[in-house]
Amino acid sequence: MINREAGVFQTSYRSDMALYTLPLAKITVWVTLGLLLILPLLLGNNEHTMSIVNTIALAAISAIGLNILNGYTGQISLGHGAFMAVGGYTAAILSSRYGMPFWFGILAGGSMAALVGTLFGIPSLRIKGLYLAIATLAAQLIIEWTINHVSWIGGGAQSSIYVDTPRFLGLAFNNELRRYYLILVFFLLAYFAAQNLVRSRVGRAFIAIRDRDVAAEIIGVNIFKYKLLAFAVSSFYAGVAGALWTYYLRIANYENFTLGVSIEYLTMIIIGGLGSVLGSVLGAIFIKLLPIVLDLSVIRIAKGVFGIPYESVANFLANFQLFIFGALIILFLIAEPEGLARLWENIKRYFRLWPYAY
Amino acid sequence: MEFFIDLMTNGLLVGLMYALVAIGFVLIYKATSIINFAQGDLVMFAGYGAAVLLGLPSLPLWLMVLILCIGMVALGFVLERGILRPMVGQPLVSVIMVTIGLSFVLQGLVAIVWGAGTRKLELPVRLAPYVVGPVFISPINVVAAVIALVFLIAFGLFFTRSRLGIAMRAVADDQQASMVVGIRVSRVFALSWAIAGLAAAAGGIIWGNMLGASSLLSLVGLKVFPVVILGGLDSIGGAIVGGLIMGAVESVAAGYLDPYVGGGTKDFIPYVLMILVLFIRPYGIWGHETIERV
Repeated sequence: MINREAGVFQTSYRSDMALYTLPLAKITVWVTLGLLLILPLLLGNNEHTMSIVNTIALAAISAIGLNILNGYTGQISLGHGAFMAVGGYTAAILSSRYGMPFWFGILAGGSMAALVGTLFGIPSLRIKGLYLAIATLAAQLIIEWTINHVSWIGGGAQSSIYVDTPRFLGLAFNNELRRYYLILVFFLLAYFAAQNLVRSRVGRAFIAIRDRDVAAEIIGVNIFKYKLLAFAVSSFYAGVAGALWTYYLRIANYENFTLGVSIEYLTMIIIGGLGSVLGSVLGAIFIKLLPIVLDLSVIRIAKGVFGIPYESVANFLANFQLFIFGALIILFLIAEPEGLARLWENIKRYFRLWPYAY
Repeated sequence: MEFFIDLMTNGLLVGLMYALVAIGFVLIYKATSIINFAQGDLVMFAGYGAAVLLGLPSLPLWLMVLILCIGMVALGFVLERGILRPMVGQPLVSVIMVTIGLSFVLQGLVAIVWGAGTRKLELPVRLAPYVVGPVFISPINVVAAVIALVFLIAFGLFFTRSRLGIAMRAVADDQQASMVVGIRVSRVFALSWAIAGLAAAAGGIIWGNMLGASSLLSLVGLKVFPVVILGGLDSIGGAIVGGLIMGAVESVAAGYLDPYVGGGTKDFIPYVLMILVLFIRPYGIWGHETIERV
C-alpha cells in the first residue's frame, strides 16, 4: 500500500497496524458481519438454501487453508482432500467410539491433520514445484488407500463411520439453521486468523519463501521451519473443515475427500485468487454455486426448449458439468490469472477514483 | 520361484506399457517444463478414438492407426497453441491447473460424445497366452513391449541424429540460449506436444485393448507419475527404466502381499516407492539436478 487515502491520518502505531485502517473498510466489515448474522432471514431460512450456504462456508474454511500453503507459501499441494479426510475420520473415531464432544473432535481432527500434513510436507524441504506436487499426490493416494484398507481407521465396509448429532451445552445442531451458526463461528475464526497470519512476521516469511526460497534463506528466513509451519497451518484448516464436514453430514465417508476434491479446492483458490484470503472465499462461493446454477439452467432449457424430461439429461449433466468445470479453469487461467479477488480489486479501484478516473 | 519369475516377467512387460505413456509425459516436460496432468486423458481420448474408428466397417487396421496418429498429433498442436502458450510466465500451479482443467474437458467431452460405457477395442492379436516354461505371457503385452521399444529407439535416434531433435534438447537445456542460436522455441514446444500426442495414440491403442476404452484409461496417467519420478522427469531412458522397475515391483508386491491386505497393493506400492525416491534421490535415477542461484 503506497497510496494513502486523503484525509486519513494515523496518529499511533497501533492504529497504523490495524487490520482495516480505513473507516470505510471498517464499516464494510461490520456491515458484512451483520449481513452474515441475518443471512438466514434474508434467504428465507429454508433447509435447501441453508444447506448450500453451509456447504460454501465449509468449503471456504478449507480453501483458506489451502491458499495459505499454496497462494502465500507457494507450496503446491494435491493432497488437501486427504488432509481433510484425516481430520474427518479422527473426529468421527473420537466421537463415535470414545464419546468425545464435538468441539474436542474438531480440535483433535485439526491437530491430527496438521501432524500428518507436516509429515507429508517434509519432502518439500528438498523438492519443490512439480516434484512436490507429485509427492503430495502420493500423500493423497496413500491416505485414501489407508482409509479404504485399514478397517480400524476407515470403519470397514463402505469406509464410513456414523457420528451422532453434535451437541453443545444441551443444544443439538439438528437443523440447517443451527448448523449455519456453528459453521459461521468457525468460518469467521478461520477468516480473521488467516487475515492476521498473512500480515505477521510468519506471513511475511511465507511470502518470501514463495517469491524466491533461496533468497529468503539468505536473508535469514528459516526455510525448514516455515515450510513445515505452512504445511501444518494449512492441514490444520483442512482438518477442522474435514471434521466439521463430518459432523455436518453425520458421517465420515472417504468419497468426500478424494483426489477430485483436492483438485476442486485448488480450482477454488485459483479462480478466487492465489494469495488472497478473500479470494479463497469468493472461489468457494463460485465453485460451489456453479454446478447448482448449471443444473438448474440445463434442466430448464432441456424441458422448456427441447421438452426432454430430467431423467434423460441426468447422465449428460454430470459430464457437462465436468466439461464446463475444466473449461472454466482454463478460461480463468488465460483471461484473469489473478482470479476473482483481482476483479474485485479492479472494481474497488474504479470506484475509488470515480467519477474522475484520471 | 516359478511364481516369482511369472510375476516378474509380466510386471516387466506391463512396465514397458507404462513407459510408453511415460515417454509422452517426459517429452513435454523436457522441452517445455510443463507437467502434463492430462497425459492419461490424452491416452483415454486416443483409446476412444481407436475404438470408434475400429467400429467403422471396411477400415483396414493400418489406416485406422494412421488416422488416429494424425488426429492425435493435430490435437497436440492445437492444445499447445490454444491453451499452453498463453501460460508462459505464469506461476507453476497455474500451469498445472491448466492441464488438470484440460483433463476435465477431455473426460467430459468423451463421455458426452461417446457415452460413458466401456467400448471394446479389439486388435487382431491372439488372446491365448504364450507359455514359456513356467511363464504365461499374453500376446498383447508382447506387442506393447515391441511398440514401446520401437518408440524408444526411434526417439533415441531422433534426439541424437536429427537436427530437430538436437534443437529440442537444446531448448530443454536452456531456452534463452537456444533462442540466441536461432532455434524457434515456440516451434519446438508445439512439436513436443505433437509427439506427446503420438505417444498417447500408441498408449491409447495398447491400453484400450487391455482395459477397454473407458474413463478408467485416464487413470493410467496417475500411474505414470511414480514411473517418471523414479526415472527422472526429464530423462527418456529414465522413463523406460522407471517403467520397468515400477511394473516389476508392483506386480511382485501385488502377487505376494495382496492375499494379506485384501487387494489394492498395485495402487499403493508405487506411490510409497515414489515417496521414498523423493526423499533419497529427488531428481530420480537419471533426472537433471538443477542447481539454483539467486
